[in-house]
Amino acid sequence: MATKIFKHIQTSVVPLPIENIDTDQIIPARFLKATTREGFGNNLFRDWRFDENNAPKEDFVLNNPNFSGKILVAGKNFGCGSSREHAAWAIADYGFDAVVSSFFADIFKGNALNNGLLPVQVSDDFLKKIFDAVDADQHTVVEIDLVDQFIKIVATGEQETFEVNPYKKACMTNGYDDIDYILSKKELIEEFEEAK
Amino acid sequence: MGQTLFDKIWDAHVVSSNEGFPDILYIDTHFIHEVTSPQAFDGLRTRGLPVFRPKQTVATADHNVPTIDQHLPIKEELSRYQVDMLTKNCAEFGIELYGLGHPFQGIVHVIGPELGITRPGGTYVCGDSHTSTHGAFGAIAFGIGTSQVEQVMATQCLLQSRPKRMKIEVNGTLQNGVGAKDIILYIISKISAAGGTGYAVEYAGDTIRALSMEGRMTICNMSIEMGARCGLIAPDQTTIEYVKGREFAPKGEEWDKAVAYWKTLYSDADAQFDEVLSFKAEDIEPMITYGTNPGMGIGVTQHVPETASFETKEQGSYKKALDYMGLHDDEQLLGKPIDYVFIGSCTNSRIEDLRQVAEFVKGKHKADNVTVWVVPGSKQVQEQAIREGLDKIFDEAGFPLREPGCSACLGMNEDKIPAGKYCVSTSNRNFEGRQGPNSRTFLASPLTAAASAITGRVTDIREFLKSSESELVS
Repeated sequence: MATKIFKHIQTSVVPLPIENIDTDQIIPARFLKATTREGFGNNLFRDWRFDENNAPKEDFVLNNPNFSGKILVAGKNFGCGSSREHAAWAIADYGFDAVVSSFFADIFKGNALNNGLLPVQVSDDFLKKIFDAVDADQHTVVEIDLVDQFIKIVATGEQETFEVNPYKKACMTNGYDDIDYILSKKELIEEFEEAK
Repeated sequence: MGQTLFDKIWDAHVVSSNEGFPDILYIDTHFIHEVTSPQAFDGLRTRGLPVFRPKQTVATADHNVPTIDQHLPIKEELSRYQVDMLTKNCAEFGIELYGLGHPFQGIVHVIGPELGITRPGGTYVCGDSHTSTHGAFGAIAFGIGTSQVEQVMATQCLLQSRPKRMKIEVNGTLQNGVGAKDIILYIISKISAAGGTGYAVEYAGDTIRALSMEGRMTICNMSIEMGARCGLIAPDQTTIEYVKGREFAPKGEEWDKAVAYWKTLYSDADAQFDEVLSFKAEDIEPMITYGTNPGMGIGVTQHVPETASFETKEQGSYKKALDYMGLHDDEQLLGKPIDYVFIGSCTNSRIEDLRQVAEFVKGKHKADNVTVWVVPGSKQVQEQAIREGLDKIFDEAGFPLREPGCSACLGMNEDKIPAGKYCVSTSNRNFEGRQGPNSRTFLASPLTAAASAITGRVTDIREFLKSSESELVS
C-alpha cells in the first residue's frame, strides 16, 4: 500500500520550548476512544490548548495567530511515555509534516516515521538557534530536506545535517510500506517457523 | 566473544537480516487490547489480509473498562463501542479474546505472565509501552504503535533495528520497607526519563536476583519510563518455579526441553555492553515522585530540588512542573496531606502487591480525608484475593477492592482523580493530567501508598515498620 511521500518542506514553524513533552500531553488518554485514525488533530495538546470549559487558552502557542507552519519545534525528549500512535496521528492530522527536537523518545519516533511525519533530531545548539530565531522573528522560515538530510534556518543560512534510518528514508521518499516489504519475505517467515 | 542475554534471544528470532535494513524479527506472541487495535484491524481489511498467526495473538479488554459492575453493559457509549469492536474484530479474525466476564480477563501485562504465555527466551509485543514488563522472564518484550500492531497481525514479524545494550546492576541488601518499585524509581531518578533511550536494559546483581517474579515485573515494567526499548532479567529458578504449572506453560517432555533451553539464557561473563551502571541497594530509600515525569523522584525524606540547581535552559520546564504540582523549591513532601490513593496498574496490581498491602493495613483504617481504590490486575488476582480473604481486610480498612482494569493509571475510564487533588499512586506515570485533567500524582510503592492512605499524608513506611507493633492507627 502506498503511504504519504515526504521529500522537502520550507515553512514557518511553531515553537514549543518545553522538555519531556509526553504523549499524554500530545493526546490525553480520554481521547483515545475513537476507532479510526481521523480527527485527533482537534484534540492535539488538548489540556494545554483549552481550559476546562473548552475555551482556547490564549497563552498557548497553537492559539497564537502569529505562529503557524508545518514544522513543530519542541524541547528535548519529545514524545516520551505511552506508545499511542494517536500522538503521531494528532500531530499529522493538525497539519504538521515534521517535528524538530534535540531528542526523541524511541516509540514516538517510529510511530511518526510510519505516518509520514518526519522527526528531525538536531543538536542542542541548533535547537537553541531555531528558538532564538523564532524569538526574534515569529515568521522565521525553516527548510527541511530529507533527500539530502539537512535542516536550514533560511534567513541566516545556518544549517545542520540530521540522521535518519536509510530504510525509513527510502520508505518516506518513495511511499514504500513496511508490510509490503515483510510480505515480500513471506517464504522466509514460513521457513523460520518450520525450523523452530 | 560472549553474548548478552538480549543478543541470544534476538538472534534466535531474526528471520532476515539485510545490510541497511532493520531486521525482520519473529514475534512469538502478540498481545492486543481494545484501544490500540481497531485501526490495525481496519488496515488489514483495507489490504484484504487475514491475521497471519491468529493462534499466536491474545486479546483482552483492559484500558477502557469500568472497574465496578463489570457484569452490566458499559455505560459510557464510546467505551462500550470500542470494547464491542474488539469482540467483533476478534471473532472475525479468529483471535482468542479474554474479554469482560472471562475468568482470564485482566491487564494485558498481568495476564500474559499469570497464564504462562510469557516465558523465558520469547519475543512479545503489544500496542502498549509497558509491554517491557514481560522482560522479567528473560524475554524480549516491548511496546509498539498501531501501524506495527497491523504489521505483526499481517506477518507475525516486526521490522526492528537492534538497540544498544545496557546493564544495570543493583547489589546489596534493601532497607526494610524498600522494594522493587523503590529500586526502579531510584534508578530512573538517577538516569532521567530519557537515560535509557536507545537501549535494551538488562537488570542484574544480587538485589535483583533476590526479587520475586512480581518484583522483577515491576522493575522491567518501568524500563520505558527511562526511555528504554525494553528491560530484561536472566531467568533462574525463581522464574522457572513461577512459570511451572501455569495454564499455557509447556507440560511433560515439552517442559523439560523448555527448561533445558531457558538455562542457557544468561549474559556470558565476557559479553560486552554498550553501557554498565551500578547502584547500591543500601542507598535506596522509599521513593516518591514530586514532578511530572517519572525521573522526577526523591527519597521520601528528601526535599524537592531548587530551580536554581538546574541548567538555565531546563529551568522553565522544571518550574512548569512544580507549578502544575502545586509545589515549591525545597519543599518536603513528607507529611503533605493527600486526597487519593490508587493501588493498581500493570506496575503493582499482582497478588503479591495485594498481599503486601493487606498484611500492612490489617487492623488499620484509612484516614477520613483519603479515598482509596484497590484495582486488581486480573480476574484471577481478584478471585485469589477473595479466596485469601484479602477483600475483607481491605473492606475493613476502607480500601474497597474493585474489578480488574487499567483504571486510574491513565484515566481513560471513569476512575479519574479530580482536578487539583493529590494521589499517591502505585502506577507508572505522573504526567500532567495522566490520572485525570489537572490531577496531581505522586508515584510510590504499594507499601508507601498504603501507609499514606492510613495517615492521610505522604508517609515514610520505615517509621511505621520501626514502631510496627505500636499502634499508629489514625
